[in-house]
Amino acid sequence: MLLEIRNLTKVFPLGESIFGGGAKGVLRAVDDVSLGIQAGETLGLVGESGSGKSTLGRLILRLIEPTSGSIRYQGRDLLTASHAEMRGFRRDMQIIFQDPFGSLDPRMRVEDVIAEPLVIHERMSPATRRGRVAELLRAVGLGESAMRRFPHEFSGGQRQRIGIARALALRPKFIVADEPVSALDVGVGSQIVNLMAQLQREFGLTYLFISHSMPVVRYLATRIAVMYRGKIVEIGPAEQITERPAHSYTRSLLEATPEMVISGA
Amino acid sequence: MAATTISLPRAARHNPLAAIGVVLVVVFVLFALFAPWMAPQDPAFIDLPSRLSPPSSAHWCGTDELGRDILSRLIYGSRISMLVGSSVVAMSLALGLVVGSIAGYYGGRIDRFVNIVVMNAFLSFPGILLAIAFVAFRGPGIFNLVLALSLGGWVGYARLVRGQVLAAREREFVEAARALGASDLRVIVRHILPNIIQPVIVQAAIGMAGAILAEATMSFLGLGVPPPTASWGTMLNDGRAHLFDAPHLVIFPAGAVMLAVLSFNFIGDALRDYLDPRSRIEAGL
Repeated sequence: MLLEIRNLTKVFPLGESIFGGGAKGVLRAVDDVSLGIQAGETLGLVGESGSGKSTLGRLILRLIEPTSGSIRYQGRDLLTASHAEMRGFRRDMQIIFQDPFGSLDPRMRVEDVIAEPLVIHERMSPATRRGRVAELLRAVGLGESAMRRFPHEFSGGQRQRIGIARALALRPKFIVADEPVSALDVGVGSQIVNLMAQLQREFGLTYLFISHSMPVVRYLATRIAVMYRGKIVEIGPAEQITERPAHSYTRSLLEATPEMVISGA
Repeated sequence: MAATTISLPRAARHNPLAAIGVVLVVVFVLFALFAPWMAPQDPAFIDLPSRLSPPSSAHWCGTDELGRDILSRLIYGSRISMLVGSSVVAMSLALGLVVGSIAGYYGGRIDRFVNIVVMNAFLSFPGILLAIAFVAFRGPGIFNLVLALSLGGWVGYARLVRGQVLAAREREFVEAARALGASDLRVIVRHILPNIIQPVIVQAAIGMAGAILAEATMSFLGLGVPPPTASWGTMLNDGRAHLFDAPHLVIFPAGAVMLAVLSFNFIGDALRDYLDPRSRIEAGL
Protein backbone atom coordinates (compact mmCIF):
# COMPACT_ATOMS: atom_id res chain seq x y z
CA MET A 1 0.00 0.00 0.00
CA LEU A 2 1.55 3.29 -1.12
CA LEU A 3 -0.89 5.48 0.73
CA GLU A 4 -3.24 4.64 3.52
CA ILE A 5 -5.86 6.99 4.89
CA ARG A 6 -7.67 6.25 8.14
CA ASN A 7 -10.71 8.09 9.48
CA LEU A 8 -9.64 11.33 7.86
CA THR A 9 -11.88 14.23 8.82
CA LYS A 10 -11.81 17.90 8.01
CA VAL A 11 -14.25 20.25 9.65
CA PHE A 12 -14.53 23.85 8.53
CA PRO A 13 -16.12 26.29 10.97
CA LEU A 14 -18.84 28.41 9.39
CA GLY A 15 -19.29 32.11 10.04
CA GLU A 16 -16.45 32.45 12.47
CA SER A 17 -16.35 35.79 14.25
CA ILE A 18 -13.26 37.97 14.14
CA PHE A 19 -12.46 37.12 17.72
CA GLY A 20 -12.09 33.44 16.97
CA GLY A 21 -14.85 31.98 19.06
CA GLY A 22 -18.52 31.69 18.41
CA ALA A 23 -18.55 29.66 15.21
CA LYS A 24 -22.10 29.37 14.04
CA GLY A 25 -21.79 25.85 12.73
CA VAL A 26 -19.47 23.47 11.03
CA LEU A 27 -19.09 21.96 7.60
CA ARG A 28 -17.83 18.41 7.58
CA ALA A 29 -16.09 18.67 4.21
CA VAL A 30 -14.38 15.33 4.63
CA ASP A 31 -16.09 13.01 7.07
CA ASP A 32 -14.35 9.95 8.43
CA VAL A 33 -12.81 8.82 5.14
CA SER A 34 -10.66 5.68 5.00
CA LEU A 35 -9.10 4.37 1.84
CA GLY A 36 -5.90 2.93 0.45
CA ILE A 37 -4.04 3.52 -2.79
CA GLN A 38 -1.80 0.85 -4.29
CA ALA A 39 1.46 1.74 -5.99
CA GLY A 40 0.96 2.08 -9.73
CA GLU A 41 -2.81 2.23 -9.72
CA THR A 42 -5.11 5.09 -10.56
CA LEU A 43 -7.81 5.68 -8.03
CA GLY A 44 -10.63 7.73 -9.49
CA LEU A 45 -12.42 9.95 -7.01
CA VAL A 46 -15.85 10.98 -8.26
CA GLY A 47 -18.49 13.17 -6.77
CA GLU A 48 -20.54 16.26 -7.43
CA SER A 49 -19.11 19.68 -6.71
CA GLY A 50 -19.02 20.36 -3.01
CA SER A 51 -18.74 16.70 -2.13
CA GLY A 52 -15.33 17.23 -0.55
CA LYS A 53 -13.23 15.45 -3.13
CA SER A 54 -10.87 18.38 -3.75
CA THR A 55 -10.53 18.90 -0.01
CA LEU A 56 -9.60 15.25 0.36
CA GLY A 57 -6.91 15.64 -2.30
CA ARG A 58 -5.46 18.65 -0.54
CA LEU A 59 -5.58 16.97 2.85
CA ILE A 60 -3.48 14.12 1.52
CA LEU A 61 -0.81 16.60 0.43
CA ARG A 62 -1.19 18.52 3.67
CA LEU A 63 -2.06 21.69 1.82
CA ILE A 64 -4.90 21.79 4.31
CA GLU A 65 -4.43 20.49 7.84
CA PRO A 66 -6.89 17.70 8.72
CA THR A 67 -9.01 17.93 11.85
CA SER A 68 -8.40 14.29 12.72
CA GLY A 69 -7.42 10.97 11.23
CA SER A 70 -4.17 9.65 9.84
CA ILE A 71 -2.40 9.49 6.50
CA ARG A 72 0.39 6.99 5.98
CA TYR A 73 2.69 7.21 3.02
CA GLN A 74 4.84 4.11 2.55
CA GLY A 75 4.06 3.27 6.13
CA ARG A 76 5.21 6.63 7.52
CA ASP A 77 2.79 9.03 9.14
CA LEU A 78 2.46 12.26 7.19
CA LEU A 79 0.58 14.19 9.83
CA THR A 80 3.22 13.91 12.51
CA ALA A 81 6.06 14.57 10.07
CA SER A 82 8.37 17.42 10.97
CA HIS A 83 9.00 20.34 8.67
CA ALA A 84 12.13 18.74 7.26
CA GLU A 85 10.48 15.34 6.80
CA MET A 86 7.56 16.98 5.05
CA ARG A 87 9.96 18.54 2.57
CA GLY A 88 11.07 15.04 1.70
CA PHE A 89 7.49 13.87 1.26
CA ARG A 90 6.78 16.79 -1.04
CA ARG A 91 9.32 15.46 -3.51
CA ASP A 92 7.31 12.27 -3.79
CA MET A 93 3.82 13.72 -3.90
CA GLN A 94 2.64 16.31 -6.35
CA ILE A 95 -0.56 17.90 -7.53
CA ILE A 96 -2.01 18.90 -10.89
CA PHE A 97 -4.60 21.62 -10.59
CA GLN A 98 -7.95 22.13 -12.20
CA ASP A 99 -7.44 25.68 -13.36
CA PRO A 100 -4.58 25.88 -15.84
CA PHE A 101 -4.85 29.67 -15.75
CA GLY A 102 -4.65 30.13 -12.01
CA SER A 103 -2.07 27.51 -11.15
CA LEU A 104 0.88 29.08 -12.97
CA ASP A 105 2.41 32.27 -11.59
CA PRO A 106 1.63 34.88 -14.26
CA ARG A 107 4.87 36.73 -13.54
CA MET A 108 7.21 33.80 -14.10
CA ARG A 109 8.56 32.47 -17.33
CA VAL A 110 7.72 28.87 -18.15
CA GLU A 111 11.32 27.91 -17.59
CA ASP A 112 11.21 29.27 -14.04
CA VAL A 113 7.81 27.72 -13.36
CA ILE A 114 9.04 24.24 -14.25
CA ALA A 115 12.45 24.75 -12.67
CA GLU A 116 11.02 25.88 -9.34
CA PRO A 117 10.75 22.40 -7.77
CA LEU A 118 14.34 21.76 -8.84
CA VAL A 119 15.49 25.04 -7.32
CA ILE A 120 13.75 24.18 -4.06
CA HIS A 121 14.87 20.59 -3.72
CA GLU A 122 17.99 19.98 -5.75
CA ARG A 123 21.36 21.58 -6.11
CA MET A 124 22.38 21.73 -9.71
CA SER A 125 24.04 24.12 -12.10
CA PRO A 126 21.77 26.43 -14.10
CA ALA A 127 22.81 24.64 -17.27
CA THR A 128 21.84 21.24 -15.91
CA ARG A 129 18.59 22.69 -14.72
CA ARG A 130 17.82 24.12 -18.13
CA GLY A 131 18.49 20.72 -19.62
CA ARG A 132 16.07 19.10 -17.19
CA VAL A 133 13.40 21.69 -17.98
CA ALA A 134 13.82 21.08 -21.71
CA GLU A 135 13.56 17.33 -21.08
CA LEU A 136 10.36 17.81 -19.09
CA LEU A 137 8.86 20.05 -21.75
CA ARG A 138 9.52 17.35 -24.35
CA ALA A 139 7.97 14.73 -22.09
CA VAL A 140 4.71 16.67 -22.01
CA GLY A 141 4.76 17.41 -25.72
CA LEU A 142 5.95 21.02 -25.72
CA GLY A 143 9.00 22.41 -27.45
CA GLU A 144 12.00 24.12 -25.90
CA SER A 145 10.80 27.38 -27.43
CA ALA A 146 8.25 27.53 -24.61
CA MET A 147 10.94 28.17 -22.02
CA ARG A 148 11.35 31.92 -22.39
CA ARG A 149 7.65 32.63 -22.71
CA PHE A 150 5.07 33.56 -20.09
CA PRO A 151 2.08 31.37 -19.17
CA HIS A 152 -0.48 33.78 -20.65
CA GLU A 153 0.96 33.13 -24.11
CA PHE A 154 -0.32 29.56 -24.03
CA SER A 155 -3.69 27.92 -24.48
CA GLY A 156 -5.45 26.09 -21.65
CA GLY A 157 -4.28 22.68 -22.81
CA GLN A 158 -0.69 23.85 -23.19
CA ARG A 159 -0.77 25.41 -19.76
CA GLN A 160 -2.03 22.19 -18.28
CA ARG A 161 0.95 20.47 -19.91
CA ILE A 162 3.24 23.03 -18.26
CA GLY A 163 1.58 22.28 -14.93
CA ILE A 164 2.13 18.58 -15.48
CA ALA A 165 5.78 19.15 -16.38
CA ARG A 166 6.22 21.05 -13.11
CA ALA A 167 4.56 18.26 -11.17
CA LEU A 168 6.88 15.71 -12.79
CA ALA A 169 10.09 17.67 -12.26
CA LEU A 170 11.06 15.86 -9.07
CA ARG A 171 10.08 12.44 -10.41
CA PRO A 172 7.32 11.99 -7.86
CA LYS A 173 5.70 8.65 -7.14
CA PHE A 174 2.24 9.91 -6.38
CA ILE A 175 0.21 12.64 -8.06
CA VAL A 176 -3.12 14.10 -7.05
CA ALA A 177 -4.84 15.26 -10.23
CA ASP A 178 -7.55 17.66 -9.10
CA GLU A 179 -10.01 17.82 -12.00
CA PRO A 180 -7.18 18.30 -14.47
CA VAL A 181 -9.43 18.30 -17.54
CA SER A 182 -12.62 19.94 -16.26
CA ALA A 183 -11.57 23.40 -17.40
CA LEU A 184 -10.58 22.22 -20.87
CA ASP A 185 -12.45 21.50 -24.10
CA VAL A 186 -13.41 17.87 -24.52
CA GLY A 187 -10.86 17.27 -27.27
CA VAL A 188 -8.01 19.00 -25.42
CA GLY A 189 -9.07 17.25 -22.23
CA SER A 190 -8.80 13.83 -23.79
CA GLN A 191 -5.32 14.67 -25.04
CA ILE A 192 -4.33 15.55 -21.49
CA VAL A 193 -5.87 12.33 -20.17
CA ASN A 194 -3.93 10.37 -22.76
CA LEU A 195 -0.75 12.21 -21.86
CA MET A 196 -1.31 11.36 -18.20
CA ALA A 197 -1.82 7.71 -19.06
CA GLN A 198 1.37 7.71 -21.09
CA LEU A 199 3.37 9.45 -18.36
CA GLN A 200 2.02 6.98 -15.83
CA ARG A 201 3.58 4.14 -17.82
CA GLU A 202 6.84 6.01 -18.42
CA PHE A 203 7.39 7.25 -14.89
CA GLY A 204 5.55 4.56 -12.93
CA LEU A 205 3.18 7.04 -11.35
CA THR A 206 0.32 6.47 -8.98
CA TYR A 207 -2.65 8.79 -9.47
CA LEU A 208 -5.47 9.99 -7.34
CA PHE A 209 -7.62 11.27 -10.18
CA ILE A 210 -10.36 13.61 -8.96
CA SER A 211 -13.22 14.40 -11.30
CA HIS A 212 -16.94 14.98 -11.40
CA SER A 213 -17.13 13.24 -14.73
CA MET A 214 -17.69 9.49 -14.65
CA PRO A 215 -16.60 8.85 -18.26
CA VAL A 216 -13.20 10.53 -17.78
CA VAL A 217 -12.60 8.63 -14.57
CA ARG A 218 -13.75 5.34 -16.08
CA TYR A 219 -11.23 5.76 -18.86
CA LEU A 220 -8.21 6.25 -16.63
CA ALA A 221 -9.01 4.67 -13.27
CA THR A 222 -8.35 1.14 -12.16
CA ARG A 223 -10.50 1.67 -9.10
CA ILE A 224 -13.16 4.25 -8.38
CA ALA A 225 -14.24 5.83 -5.12
CA VAL A 226 -17.53 7.69 -5.07
CA MET A 227 -17.78 10.58 -2.66
CA TYR A 228 -20.95 12.20 -1.43
CA ARG A 229 -21.23 14.89 1.24
CA GLY A 230 -17.79 14.24 2.61
CA LYS A 231 -18.12 10.47 2.79
CA ILE A 232 -16.96 7.67 0.54
CA VAL A 233 -20.19 5.91 -0.31
CA GLU A 234 -18.76 3.28 -2.58
CA ILE A 235 -15.32 2.09 -3.61
CA GLY A 236 -14.28 -0.73 -5.89
CA PRO A 237 -12.77 -1.77 -9.23
CA ALA A 238 -13.70 0.63 -12.03
CA GLU A 239 -15.69 -1.95 -13.91
CA GLN A 240 -17.73 -2.95 -10.95
CA ILE A 241 -18.58 0.65 -10.04
CA THR A 242 -19.60 1.61 -13.55
CA GLU A 243 -21.35 -1.65 -14.53
CA ARG A 244 -22.92 -2.71 -11.26
CA PRO A 245 -23.08 0.29 -8.95
CA ALA A 246 -24.31 -0.68 -5.51
CA HIS A 247 -25.15 2.75 -4.19
CA SER A 248 -28.06 4.80 -5.51
CA TYR A 249 -25.90 7.95 -5.63
CA THR A 250 -23.41 6.21 -7.91
CA ARG A 251 -26.28 5.19 -10.16
CA SER A 252 -27.54 8.74 -10.35
CA LEU A 253 -24.02 9.98 -11.16
CA LEU A 254 -23.75 7.44 -13.96
CA GLU A 255 -27.13 8.39 -15.34
CA ALA A 256 -26.43 12.11 -15.10
CA THR A 257 -23.31 11.99 -17.25
CA PRO A 258 -23.78 11.74 -20.99
CA GLU A 259 -21.71 9.23 -22.91
CA MET A 260 -18.44 10.59 -24.13
CA VAL A 261 -15.97 8.85 -26.37
CA ILE A 262 -12.33 9.39 -25.61
CA SER A 263 -10.33 8.83 -28.74
CA GLY A 264 -7.07 6.97 -29.08
CA ALA A 265 -4.78 5.75 -26.36
CA MET B 1 4.18 42.75 -20.91
CA ALA B 2 2.33 45.19 -23.07
CA ALA B 3 3.97 48.08 -21.21
CA THR B 4 7.10 47.93 -23.30
CA THR B 5 5.23 48.35 -26.56
CA ILE B 6 3.81 51.76 -25.66
CA SER B 7 5.84 54.63 -27.03
CA LEU B 8 6.75 57.44 -24.68
CA PRO B 9 5.60 60.35 -26.88
CA ARG B 10 2.25 58.69 -27.28
CA ALA B 11 1.89 58.16 -23.56
CA ALA B 12 2.89 61.76 -22.94
CA ARG B 13 0.33 63.10 -25.40
CA HIS B 14 -2.31 60.93 -23.87
CA ASN B 15 -1.60 62.02 -20.34
CA PRO B 16 0.02 65.46 -20.38
CA LEU B 17 -0.31 65.88 -16.61
CA ALA B 18 1.76 62.78 -15.99
CA ALA B 19 4.32 63.99 -18.51
CA ILE B 20 4.56 67.32 -16.66
CA GLY B 21 4.90 65.40 -13.41
CA VAL B 22 7.72 63.26 -14.76
CA VAL B 23 9.58 66.27 -16.18
CA LEU B 24 9.28 68.17 -12.89
CA VAL B 25 10.41 65.21 -10.84
CA VAL B 26 13.40 64.76 -13.12
CA VAL B 27 14.23 68.45 -12.65
CA PHE B 28 13.95 68.19 -8.86
CA VAL B 29 16.06 65.07 -8.80
CA LEU B 30 18.72 66.74 -10.95
CA PHE B 31 18.67 69.72 -8.57
CA ALA B 32 19.07 67.37 -5.64
CA LEU B 33 21.93 65.40 -7.19
CA PHE B 34 23.87 68.28 -8.70
CA ALA B 35 22.99 71.15 -6.36
CA PRO B 36 26.59 72.37 -5.91
CA TRP B 37 27.03 72.71 -9.67
CA MET B 38 23.58 74.04 -10.50
CA ALA B 39 23.08 76.60 -7.76
CA PRO B 40 24.36 80.04 -8.77
CA GLN B 41 25.58 80.76 -5.23
CA ASP B 42 26.47 79.20 -1.93
CA PRO B 43 23.03 78.84 -0.28
CA ALA B 44 24.46 79.87 3.08
CA PHE B 45 26.36 82.91 1.78
CA ILE B 46 25.14 85.94 3.73
CA ASP B 47 25.04 89.26 1.93
CA LEU B 48 23.37 91.70 4.30
CA PRO B 49 23.54 94.82 2.05
CA SER B 50 21.32 93.15 -0.56
CA ARG B 51 18.89 91.62 1.90
CA LEU B 52 15.24 91.19 0.95
CA SER B 53 15.91 92.29 -2.62
CA PRO B 54 13.16 91.32 -5.06
CA PRO B 55 13.81 89.02 -8.04
CA SER B 56 16.36 90.50 -10.42
CA SER B 57 18.86 89.35 -13.00
CA ALA B 58 21.47 88.89 -10.24
CA HIS B 59 19.10 86.93 -7.97
CA TRP B 60 16.37 85.30 -10.09
CA CYS B 61 14.21 84.58 -7.08
CA GLY B 62 15.43 87.45 -4.94
CA THR B 63 17.21 87.23 -1.59
CA ASP B 64 15.98 86.52 1.93
CA GLU B 65 16.35 88.54 5.10
CA LEU B 66 20.02 87.62 5.38
CA GLY B 67 20.67 88.37 1.73
CA ARG B 68 21.01 84.68 0.81
CA ASP B 69 20.13 83.77 -2.77
CA ILE B 70 16.68 82.15 -2.75
CA LEU B 71 17.13 80.24 -6.00
CA SER B 72 20.27 78.59 -4.61
CA ARG B 73 18.45 77.76 -1.42
CA LEU B 74 15.55 76.29 -3.40
CA ILE B 75 17.94 74.09 -5.37
CA TYR B 76 19.67 72.91 -2.22
CA GLY B 77 16.28 72.56 -0.54
CA SER B 78 15.19 70.01 -3.13
CA ARG B 79 18.01 67.83 -1.77
CA ILE B 80 16.33 67.67 1.61
CA SER B 81 12.88 67.17 0.11
CA MET B 82 13.95 64.37 -2.22
CA LEU B 83 16.21 62.73 0.33
CA VAL B 84 13.70 62.84 3.17
CA GLY B 85 10.79 62.00 0.86
CA SER B 86 12.44 58.95 -0.68
CA SER B 87 13.88 57.76 2.64
CA VAL B 88 10.52 58.03 4.34
CA VAL B 89 8.79 56.17 1.50
CA ALA B 90 11.51 53.51 1.40
CA MET B 91 11.42 52.95 5.14
CA SER B 92 7.62 52.97 5.42
CA LEU B 93 7.37 50.71 2.42
CA ALA B 94 9.90 48.24 3.79
CA LEU B 95 8.14 48.08 7.13
CA GLY B 96 4.71 47.99 5.51
CA LEU B 97 5.70 45.17 3.19
CA VAL B 98 7.08 43.05 6.00
CA VAL B 99 4.27 43.64 8.48
CA GLY B 100 1.52 43.53 5.86
CA SER B 101 2.87 40.33 4.31
CA ILE B 102 3.13 38.58 7.64
CA ALA B 103 -0.36 39.63 8.74
CA GLY B 104 -1.92 38.79 5.40
CA TYR B 105 -0.12 35.53 4.80
CA TYR B 106 -0.38 33.96 8.22
CA GLY B 107 -3.77 35.38 9.10
CA GLY B 108 -5.41 34.14 12.28
CA ARG B 109 -4.24 35.54 15.58
CA ILE B 110 -1.19 37.29 14.17
CA ASP B 111 -3.37 39.11 11.68
CA ARG B 112 -5.99 39.99 14.25
CA PHE B 113 -3.37 41.42 16.56
CA VAL B 114 -1.45 43.35 13.90
CA ASN B 115 -4.49 44.55 12.04
CA ILE B 116 -6.84 45.41 14.85
CA VAL B 117 -4.51 46.43 17.64
CA VAL B 118 -1.32 47.77 16.08
CA MET B 119 -2.55 49.26 12.84
CA ASN B 120 -5.64 50.83 14.30
CA ALA B 121 -3.62 52.33 17.12
CA PHE B 122 -1.31 53.98 14.62
CA LEU B 123 -4.15 55.05 12.38
CA SER B 124 -5.99 56.69 15.24
CA PHE B 125 -3.16 59.23 15.64
CA PRO B 126 -2.69 61.91 13.03
CA GLY B 127 0.68 61.09 11.47
CA ILE B 128 2.04 64.58 11.90
CA LEU B 129 1.23 64.59 15.62
CA LEU B 130 3.08 61.34 16.03
CA ALA B 131 6.04 62.79 14.14
CA ILE B 132 6.07 65.96 16.23
CA ALA B 133 6.02 63.95 19.43
CA PHE B 134 8.81 61.73 18.17
CA VAL B 135 11.09 64.61 17.17
CA ALA B 136 10.33 66.45 20.39
CA PHE B 137 11.44 63.31 22.20
CA ARG B 138 14.51 62.42 20.12
CA GLY B 139 15.61 65.88 19.00
CA PRO B 140 15.74 67.32 15.49
CA GLY B 141 17.97 66.04 12.71
CA ILE B 142 17.49 64.46 9.36
CA PHE B 143 17.61 60.86 10.56
CA ASN B 144 15.15 61.46 13.36
CA LEU B 145 12.91 63.29 10.92
CA VAL B 146 12.87 60.31 8.56
CA LEU B 147 12.15 57.94 11.45
CA ALA B 148 9.41 60.22 12.74
CA LEU B 149 7.63 60.45 9.42
CA SER B 150 8.00 56.73 8.71
CA LEU B 151 6.41 56.01 12.05
CA GLY B 152 3.09 57.30 10.80
CA GLY B 153 3.63 56.34 7.18
CA TRP B 154 4.13 52.59 7.26
CA VAL B 155 0.60 51.75 8.37
CA GLY B 156 -0.93 52.77 5.05
CA TYR B 157 1.38 50.44 3.17
CA ALA B 158 0.95 47.63 5.66
CA ARG B 159 -2.80 47.85 5.31
CA LEU B 160 -2.69 47.83 1.54
CA VAL B 161 -0.18 44.98 1.42
CA ARG B 162 -2.14 42.95 3.96
CA GLY B 163 -5.31 43.18 1.89
CA GLN B 164 -3.53 42.29 -1.31
CA VAL B 165 -1.66 39.38 0.26
CA LEU B 166 -4.87 38.12 1.80
CA ALA B 167 -6.39 37.88 -1.67
CA ALA B 168 -3.26 36.62 -3.40
CA ARG B 169 -2.52 33.79 -1.00
CA GLU B 170 -5.75 32.08 -2.04
CA ARG B 171 -4.66 31.96 -5.65
CA GLU B 172 -3.87 28.56 -7.02
CA PHE B 173 -0.28 29.24 -8.03
CA VAL B 174 0.48 30.01 -4.40
CA GLU B 175 -0.96 26.66 -3.39
CA ALA B 176 1.07 25.11 -6.21
CA ALA B 177 4.26 26.60 -4.79
CA ARG B 178 3.40 25.27 -1.33
CA ALA B 179 2.75 21.85 -2.79
CA LEU B 180 6.23 21.96 -4.29
CA GLY B 181 7.64 22.45 -0.83
CA ALA B 182 8.49 26.15 -1.16
CA SER B 183 9.19 27.88 2.14
CA ASP B 184 6.87 30.62 3.32
CA LEU B 185 9.54 33.19 2.61
CA ARG B 186 9.92 31.93 -0.93
CA VAL B 187 6.16 31.89 -1.49
CA ILE B 188 5.83 35.46 -0.25
CA VAL B 189 8.88 36.92 -1.97
CA ARG B 190 8.82 35.03 -5.25
CA HIS B 191 5.12 34.50 -5.84
CA ILE B 192 2.95 36.85 -3.83
CA LEU B 193 4.86 40.13 -3.80
CA PRO B 194 5.56 40.29 -7.55
CA ASN B 195 1.85 39.81 -8.14
CA ILE B 196 0.67 42.53 -5.77
CA ILE B 197 3.38 45.13 -6.26
CA GLN B 198 1.50 47.31 -8.74
CA PRO B 199 -0.94 49.00 -6.35
CA VAL B 200 1.91 49.32 -3.86
CA ILE B 201 3.96 51.26 -6.41
CA VAL B 202 1.02 53.60 -6.99
CA GLN B 203 0.69 54.12 -3.26
CA ALA B 204 4.42 54.81 -3.00
CA ALA B 205 4.29 57.48 -5.70
CA ILE B 206 1.43 59.24 -3.96
CA GLY B 207 3.14 58.63 -0.62
CA MET B 208 6.17 60.49 -1.93
CA ALA B 209 4.01 63.59 -2.30
CA GLY B 210 2.73 63.18 1.24
CA ALA B 211 6.23 62.72 2.61
CA ILE B 212 7.53 65.87 0.91
CA LEU B 213 4.63 67.85 2.31
CA ALA B 214 5.18 66.37 5.74
CA GLU B 215 8.88 67.24 5.64
CA ALA B 216 8.01 70.84 4.72
CA THR B 217 5.49 70.96 7.55
CA MET B 218 7.97 69.64 10.07
CA SER B 219 10.70 72.02 8.90
CA PHE B 220 8.24 74.90 9.00
CA LEU B 221 7.54 74.04 12.62
CA GLY B 222 11.27 73.99 13.30
CA LEU B 223 11.27 70.25 13.88
CA GLY B 224 12.99 69.34 10.63
CA VAL B 225 16.50 69.83 9.47
CA PRO B 226 18.31 72.37 11.67
CA PRO B 227 19.48 75.64 10.07
CA PRO B 228 21.47 76.78 8.18
CA THR B 229 20.68 73.81 5.91
CA ALA B 230 18.21 75.00 3.32
CA SER B 231 14.84 73.28 3.35
CA TRP B 232 11.68 74.53 1.73
CA GLY B 233 9.79 74.35 5.01
CA THR B 234 12.48 76.28 6.86
CA MET B 235 12.49 78.90 4.11
CA LEU B 236 8.74 79.29 4.49
CA ASN B 237 9.17 79.80 8.19
CA ASP B 238 11.95 82.34 7.65
CA GLY B 239 9.82 84.26 5.18
CA ARG B 240 6.72 84.28 7.36
CA ALA B 241 7.59 87.65 8.91
CA HIS B 242 7.97 89.25 5.49
CA LEU B 243 4.79 87.91 3.93
CA PHE B 244 3.63 91.40 2.98
CA ASP B 245 6.80 93.45 2.48
CA ALA B 246 8.76 90.73 0.61
CA PRO B 247 6.29 88.08 -0.56
CA HIS B 248 8.88 86.40 -2.81
CA LEU B 249 10.38 84.90 0.36
CA VAL B 250 7.25 82.80 0.70
CA ILE B 251 6.01 82.47 -2.86
CA PHE B 252 9.02 80.65 -4.28
CA PRO B 253 9.45 77.92 -1.63
CA ALA B 254 5.68 77.48 -1.44
CA GLY B 255 5.62 77.09 -5.20
CA ALA B 256 8.41 74.52 -5.03
CA VAL B 257 6.56 72.44 -2.44
CA MET B 258 3.38 72.68 -4.46
CA LEU B 259 5.03 71.64 -7.71
CA ALA B 260 6.85 68.73 -6.10
CA VAL B 261 3.70 67.45 -4.39
CA LEU B 262 1.63 67.96 -7.51
CA SER B 263 4.04 66.16 -9.79
CA PHE B 264 4.23 63.08 -7.59
CA ASN B 265 0.45 63.03 -7.36
CA PHE B 266 0.17 63.29 -11.15
CA ILE B 267 2.58 60.40 -11.53
CA GLY B 268 0.70 58.34 -8.97
CA ASP B 269 -2.63 58.96 -10.67
CA ALA B 270 -1.20 58.13 -14.07
CA LEU B 271 0.32 54.92 -12.75
CA ARG B 272 -2.98 53.94 -11.21
CA ASP B 273 -4.81 54.56 -14.46
CA TYR B 274 -2.17 52.73 -16.38
CA LEU B 275 -2.03 49.71 -14.10
CA ASP B 276 -5.79 49.35 -13.89
CA PRO B 277 -6.70 47.40 -17.01
CA ARG B 278 -10.22 48.81 -17.16
CA SER B 279 -9.15 52.43 -17.42
CA ARG B 280 -6.39 51.36 -19.77
CA ILE B 281 -8.93 49.97 -22.17
CA GLU B 282 -10.96 53.16 -21.94
CA ALA B 283 -7.87 55.18 -22.70
CA GLY B 284 -7.19 53.03 -25.72
CA LEU B 285 -3.62 52.30 -24.68
